[in-house]
Amino acid sequence: MIKNKKVTPESTKKPKMVIEINNLSKGFDDMQVLKKLSLKLYDGENLVVLGKSGSGKSVLIKCIVRLLNPDQGTIMVLGENVSELKSKKLARLREKIGFLFQSGALYDSMTIKENLEFPLRRIKKKLSKKERDKKIEETLEHVGLADTLHKMPSELSGGMRKRASLARTIVVDPMIMLYDEPTTGLDPVTSGGISALINDVQKKYLTSSIIITHDIECARATADRIIMLKDGEIYMEGNIDDFENSTDEVIQSFFKQKA
Amino acid sequence: MSINTLVVKQQVIKLSEKTIEKTKEANVFFSGIGDFFLFLWKTTRETFSLNFEFNEFLRQCFQIGYKTLPLISVTGLIMGLVLTIQSRPVLVDFGAVSMLPGMVSLSIIREMGPVITALICAGKIGSGIGAELGSMKVSEQIDAMEVSSTHPIRFLVVTRVLAATLMIPVLVLYADALGILGSWAGANIKGSVSFVLFFNQAFRVVDFMDFLPAVIKTFFFGAVIGLVGCYKGYSAGHGTESVGKAANSAVVLASLLVIIVDLIAVQITDMLL
Ligand SMILES: Nc1ncnc2c1ncn2[C@@H]1O[C@H](COP(=O)(O)OP(=O)(O)OP(=O)(O)O)[C@@H](O)[C@H]1O
Ligand SMILES: [Mg+2]
Repeated sequence: MIKNKKVTPESTKKPKMVIEINNLSKGFDDMQVLKKLSLKLYDGENLVVLGKSGSGKSVLIKCIVRLLNPDQGTIMVLGENVSELKSKKLARLREKIGFLFQSGALYDSMTIKENLEFPLRRIKKKLSKKERDKKIEETLEHVGLADTLHKMPSELSGGMRKRASLARTIVVDPMIMLYDEPTTGLDPVTSGGISALINDVQKKYLTSSIIITHDIECARATADRIIMLKDGEIYMEGNIDDFENSTDEVIQSFFKQKA
Repeated sequence: MSINTLVVKQQVIKLSEKTIEKTKEANVFFSGIGDFFLFLWKTTRETFSLNFEFNEFLRQCFQIGYKTLPLISVTGLIMGLVLTIQSRPVLVDFGAVSMLPGMVSLSIIREMGPVITALICAGKIGSGIGAELGSMKVSEQIDAMEVSSTHPIRFLVVTRVLAATLMIPVLVLYADALGILGSWAGANIKGSVSFVLFFNQAFRVVDFMDFLPAVIKTFFFGAVIGLVGCYKGYSAGHGTESVGKAANSAVVLASLLVIIVDLIAVQITDMLL
């Protein structure tokens, strides 16, 4: 289940389970989005979450970083109960979590460089200006955007914005990555690149990730384990082969349509 | 008979539906006030927290102060000019033309300058902040700040409210000065008066206690404009149309509150002096 796992002194110290969600329920007004959902994310693992539009995938990961407050249930991240943390501790915990927003959420009044600098200056306070600049350049190069340093987000194409916001997320070396549809709306070549990047980040920094996607190719490339959400519950869990060989109609339609 | 009761029943149902709707509206209104004060409290708390975002504050001062200058210049000049042209015939009738500079300057400094400048700022700055924060909210930029260990209220709201509170008094003083200049120009359309004479005549009438209350209230105008703009932007809903709504309601509410604050300020000044 967990591949590429190197046993270093560093990683043996980490808790085996990085995220543990128990009976999570969340609704808006009179619509129930998540119903008693339980989920575990293991150390060093890529977990892909599939599901139709509106099935509550974004709501799920927003609850993990407490951008939304769950109605019920507990969420443990790195051994801490997210709902009970005071604001200071919550901020410390959030520093260890990288969140790639579905819409990118680049700060549109800042250049790409300033966008990357923003979290870097606040989270890695010890870096000098030189180290910061070097880190920013490296990361942008990593996502293939080295020449956009001084551009505004509005000057970039949709795919470039997506990669820029990915760069902003990984620039602070998070331990856990939450990707909200990293490849949606990109051409096959670029999405392939992003999938490779996700695997890269996982290997290089030993991160654990939750990857929300509709893109079966991306799921194929990155997933150690897949869960499928439907009507606020986990409909199926397994690895890519289980899903592809499944005779279930819902799963089949999902895979056929997207393939 | 049975048809009648049916009609009555329907009427009753309609009526109760209407009442429910009205109570819902009233609820939204009152919870809106509650939300606003909660927002005010959070902003105040963050204002006195240790980490002050100085760079962003300076940037906002520049945005709010410098970028509004051209607009304020034109309005200030025209305000003085028009006031002079309008009051002149009346004063000529009374044979009191020499009071023109004093009268116009007094009304500019005490009332016209602060209120007109504040209303224009409510339009330009209030809508600007409302739209900016609204679009940041809608496009998840505020959420992104929150997860990268930055308190969005501290970074976005405190800096803007403080910048507006400090910059609008400056803009008002500037508008006052240009208004008096415009008034001098207006006095020179029919007849001629040297600037020094005009100025002397003006400041024979105006004294420090005309200035002070007028300046003090402009700080409140600034705070109101900044706060309302931020509040409306920050509480924008989902979807792009709520950005427009946020900007629009920011202007409406800020203008209204400027007038109300002015009324209160005038009453207080009147009682004290
Ligand atoms: N802040 C919110 N307020 C009210 N309703 C919300 C909010 N956020 C999400 N919802 C609702 O929750 C449901 C699930 O939304 P969510 O964004 O999680 O879907 P999703 O699975 O991410 O879909 P997509 O693939 O289109 O991004 C939707 O019906 C949406 O309308
Ligand atoms: Mg989503």
